Amino acid sequence: MKFVDEFRDTEKAQSLQREIHAIATRLERNQTRPLQLMEFCGGHTHTIFRYGIEQMLPDSIEMVHGPGCPVCVLPMGRVDDCVALAERPEVIFTTFGDAMRVPGSRKSLLQAKADGADVRMTYSPMDALNLARQHPDREVIFFGLGFETTMPSTALTVLQARREGISNFSLFCNHITTVPTIKAVLDSPDMMIDGFLGPGHVAMVIGERPFQFIALDYHKPLVITGFEPLDILQSLWMLLKQFDEGRCEVENQYRRIVPAEGNTAALGAIGEVFEVREFFEWRGLGSIDHSGVKMKDAFADFDAEKKFPVENLKIADPKSCQCGEVVKGVIKPWDCKIFGTVCNPENPMGALMVSSEGACAAYYNNGYEKKRA
Amino acid sequence: MSKLKGKTITLAHGAGGKAMRDLIDEVFVSGFDSPELSLLEDQARFDLAALCRHGDRLAMTTDSYVVDPLFFPGGDIGKLAVTGTVNDLAVGGATPRYLSCGMIIEEGFSVDELMRVVASMKATADAAGVRIVTGDTKVVHKGAADKLFINTAGIGVIPEGCHIVASRAEPGDVVIINGHVGDHGAAIVDARGELALETTIETDCQPLQGLIAAMLETCPDIHCMRDATRGGVATVLNEFASSSGVAIRVEYQAIPVREEVRGICEILGLDPLYLANEGKLIAVVPPEQAEALLAVMQAHPAGRGSAIIGSVEAAPQGRVILVTGFGGDRILDMLVGEQLPRIC
Repeated sequence: MKFVDEFRDTEKAQSLQREIHAIATRLERNQTRPLQLMEFCGGHTHTIFRYGIEQMLPDSIEMVHGPGCPVCVLPMGRVDDCVALAERPEVIFTTFGDAMRVPGSRKSLLQAKADGADVRMTYSPMDALNLARQHPDREVIFFGLGFETTMPSTALTVLQARREGISNFSLFCNHITTVPTIKAVLDSPDMMIDGFLGPGHVAMVIGERPFQFIALDYHKPLVITGFEPLDILQSLWMLLKQFDEGRCEVENQYRRIVPAEGNTAALGAIGEVFEVREFFEWRGLGSIDHSGVKMKDAFADFDAEKKFPVENLKIADPKSCQCGEVVKGVIKPWDCKIFGTVCNPENPMGALMVSSEGACAAYYNNGYEKKRA
Repeated sequence: MSKLKGKTITLAHGAGGKAMRDLIDEVFVSGFDSPELSLLEDQARFDLAALCRHGDRLAMTTDSYVVDPLFFPGGDIGKLAVTGTVNDLAVGGATPRYLSCGMIIEEGFSVDELMRVVASMKATADAAGVRIVTGDTKVVHKGAADKLFINTAGIGVIPEGCHIVASRAEPGDVVIINGHVGDHGAAIVDARGELALETTIETDCQPLQGLIAAMLETCPDIHCMRDATRGGVATVLNEFASSSGVAIRVEYQAIPVREEVRGICEILGLDPLYLANEGKLIAVVPPEQAEALLAVMQAHPAGRGSAIIGSVEAAPQGRVILVTGFGGDRILDMLVGEQLPRIC
């Protein structure tokens, strides 16, 4: 397949693998522990497991799978709010597919659907807007979630709804922001991460500049990375070269998609519709300042939080969960007390077991549950 | 002169009276056109001695069909209802002989569409060498079913000496598939029209009894064989690995997947190895017969795209390992629930 297979070429992968091993061997002499490199984004985690990339790396490099899976980090209270909205008789509740399985304290959206709520899976917020046009007698709510990657499309949908005067469409906004979250990881005292693979699709929207502080203030290199397996290997090689040459910079491996200044039209739409929340609650990481957005007052008519009673429930993560330590790289999934036993993909207790992009689910599905012993 | 053409199904058509009789006569008896059904007895009757000449065991299976939409590129619910049950018999080595057909129809369904479905069942049954010999019709209130549900049960005869079970995979055995994977699942996603894609993907829906008969002639000692329907290729491989207590190692690049199917999977974040098929079988066979068997399969219309995709190893027991072709391996597990599209 054009523009896909080129980025999965085995020979190129092997030559990158050789280079990575060569540099890693040089670096090892000055290392007292493995280099910890974090891929922030769940999309990267998915590629790393799908292509078995961890096995291609030397033991002196350890991948830490970061918090960048918006489905995983959705707190139980928000899922409960979704279920409550979906259970209103006048509501058609629309959502991306993989958010359906996230457990709330009572039930998931999938269970709510089974119990009679009108929950529908859509591929884009525009599909939800279409439903609103087709069902003028119903209230269509779109469950907006994701980082800056998905924000522009929801923002544009809301703008379109306003332009057309579609009054039975609203957004339940749970969008989250990347930079404050990386900052929270960097600020945590037990953090040992040495460098980052930066989220390519987020960077496509926000550009390179917002990541500069990571190199300048925290002295950690970051390479903005694409999502094909060769992208990941090349970015790892670029990170290692920085260590080898004593550099610490923000570099862009994903230039074919990511312009340095980002996408100004997308940023314009985001800025028009959304404003920063004071804080947002994350599953596994707790409350992080300025890590979410809400709709501006001018869009109150399209804001499900204002249109319907939303309780904003706060429900603590289960005490036994160690998701927070896993996303910070302090422990590996199999070090968690309940990994693979109480917590498994059929019955996820913690965020990271929920979606296939979560580190724990990926470890479990790839048969790593035995490594613990 | 047709009493029913252009009409819709009403509750009267399931009430046991004249209207039901008309429906049975005009749609089912004339549509399926089998001597057993035409007798209109409460049961079909078979001559045991005749069956015994074909083998020493009976095989029986049942399956229900609830696909939406009812008609899709390359097939429809009727073709599916015959093919699925025929294939479930055939992959056990049985020669399919007779099918039953139970229909649950939603009030308001079009008689013309019902006739199309019945005609498709008849054509598929003829192609597969089976007869539809008994049936049942129920009509339910609007909303109590989605247009049309079909159940078929099937009976077949297993020839002497044929012993195909999921627990017979042995280290050294070779794993063969009869063509491209994921076509049916992708066709259904495509046919729902939610994606507005420019391509049209056709289902692979096809009866497999002819191909399997040819396979058994060349290699009577096929160890395991199943059709990879719901849950896809990944699920069947896992069933073999866990029932046999062996490891199965498959090469991702050896598994045939059409470009269009790969495309739809790339867009939606689905994995073709978990997509449903309706005309694909996976066989585990002794290594010394694999090449000859592959040649026979590739020469058959239902096996043109056949390929050897992997082999059986002793350990790790119960695991399917996918060689990604990129340099690493990964475990190919069963799905937990439905495969859901990823957000990003």
